[in-house]
Amino acid sequence: MAYVTPHTASANPPTKGPAAVGDMNEGDLIRRSATSNLPAPTRQLEPVAKLIDVSKCIGCKACQSACIEWNDTKPGVEHNVGVYENPHDLTPDMYTLMRFSEWINPETDNLEWLIRKDGCMHCADPGCLKACPAPGAIVQYSNGIVDFVHENCIGCGYCVKGCPFNIPRISKDEHKAHKCTLCSDRVAVGQGPACAKACPTHAIMFGTKEDMKKHAAGRIADLKARGYSNAGLYDPQGVGGTHVMYVLHHNDKPNIYSNLPADPKISPIVNVWKGATKVVGLAAIGLAAAAGVLHGIFGNPNRVHEEEEAQAEQLVDRGVH
Amino acid sequence: MSTTEDVVTQPGDAVEPGRPVTVHRYTAAARVNHWITAVSLVLLALSGLALFHPSLFFLTNLFGGGQTTRAIHPWIGVVLFFSFSLLFIRFWRANLWRREDTQWSKQITDVIGGHEERLPELGKYNAGQKLVFWSMTLLILTLIITGLAMWDQYFGEYLAIEPKRIAALIHALCAFTIICVWIVHVYAAIWVKGTFSAMTSGKVTGGWAWRHHRKWLRKLAQHPTR
Repeated sequence: MAYVTPHTASANPPTKGPAAVGDMNEGDLIRRSATSNLPAPTRQLEPVAKLIDVSKCIGCKACQSACIEWNDTKPGVEHNVGVYENPHDLTPDMYTLMRFSEWINPETDNLEWLIRKDGCMHCADPGCLKACPAPGAIVQYSNGIVDFVHENCIGCGYCVKGCPFNIPRISKDEHKAHKCTLCSDRVAVGQGPACAKACPTHAIMFGTKEDMKKHAAGRIADLKARGYSNAGLYDPQGVGGTHVMYVLHHNDKPNIYSNLPADPKISPIVNVWKGATKVVGLAAIGLAAAAGVLHGIFGNPNRVHEEEEAQAEQLVDRGVH
Repeated sequence: MSTTEDVVTQPGDAVEPGRPVTVHRYTAAARVNHWITAVSLVLLALSGLALFHPSLFFLTNLFGGGQTTRAIHPWIGVVLFFSFSLLFIRFWRANLWRREDTQWSKQITDVIGGHEERLPELGKYNAGQKLVFWSMTLLILTLIITGLAMWDQYFGEYLAIEPKRIAALIHALCAFTIICVWIVHVYAAIWVKGTFSAMTSGKVTGGWAWRHHRKWLRKLAQHPTR
């Protein structure tokens, strides 16, 4: 069984990351929101991935705590309303959230407690970036990380409409979009994400995408041997694959994990909005303006004639007398 | 000669004998109302286009940057909506469709060719103006509804993401349509000489009214004022 040691989380993190993973910079961008003339990247970074093994998660929320600590966010204290999720949802100050669902397996009649760490999936084809109207507010690096650049964000919320996973949140005070960065600032210096480092059961791992797939294959074989015949890797191809992947014991039913979409893709409405509409709309305006200019040049101005003024004078005079 | 009984006139519409005859077409209140609407529409088009197409994002500089453009656009929309609502109340009756409007529309080539003598006599508005009026009405109504649906600052919690996506698409389509309608409106005012003063001084000449809105002029001529 090919079991690959993860690069972080199992030991003190290295100060130098896997070759060509660290040291991300502007030259490594492969997509930049609302930018058509992005220069080609100067090199190809090794694609990275976070692998979340749902079958190993104990729901301790250490990942949430580590995320809050590293990103220095301050989620507000909420009321206990009788559920395990805390806070109640992803917020501008909570980039990752353990979602708990109780599911009765119809085959075994067992209650299964399914815990999924929700957060940005770092899609290869990011809907948020496609929808974003602000140049450079969302960027994608050649290692697969999709990052929000707050200086350029205008707080319009288009990324929320573009995302197939309902992840970005807009802060009400400073009007900026927030989400998991895959700890791009840590990855850039060769470290793994804070959540992966904090996870006590190694349910969260981080490394090259290839290594993570190999590791997942080993985990899936193990789960299948233990009776989870539908165990599998969640790396949805509808968004080009993701750089956050799940090992699911019931990969045939992603929905049971707190509505994880079975076949996520960028909404066709968003594709039309950000595709054909742009071209057709500007073309229609251009045509209307051109028609006006042409008529103005080749047609005669519609002028009032002297005799029409006279006709009006006669008409009014008749009315007066 | 056609009857003037069904011609709709508006408060302030009047003829003043003279050489040439002066016709009062818009009151000061109507003109102010119109120009507030006009300025709002232009600002909305500029700020909206800035957020729609990356090549036009530089227009956000007119509004003090992307953040302020995002914040101010919906508020200008609210101003436009209320301002246009007042215009609607002023103008809707005079914009009801009449039989001669159908005839006028059938002869659209004579209209574009400038052969006004071949067209039927008209009331205060022609079919083109009426189409602009009703298009603006429908588009502004749709734009304010879809706009509110996208106004996350105040209404973000009330709608799910999917309806917001639909709202965004419809908002964009209506925005492009209304810009095209606006181009038609402005071009017509430039092409038909003597029109512009109706919205500046509020007055047009008798000849202008005779040429373009003869039924309306006939009606007013029955009770001229000095």
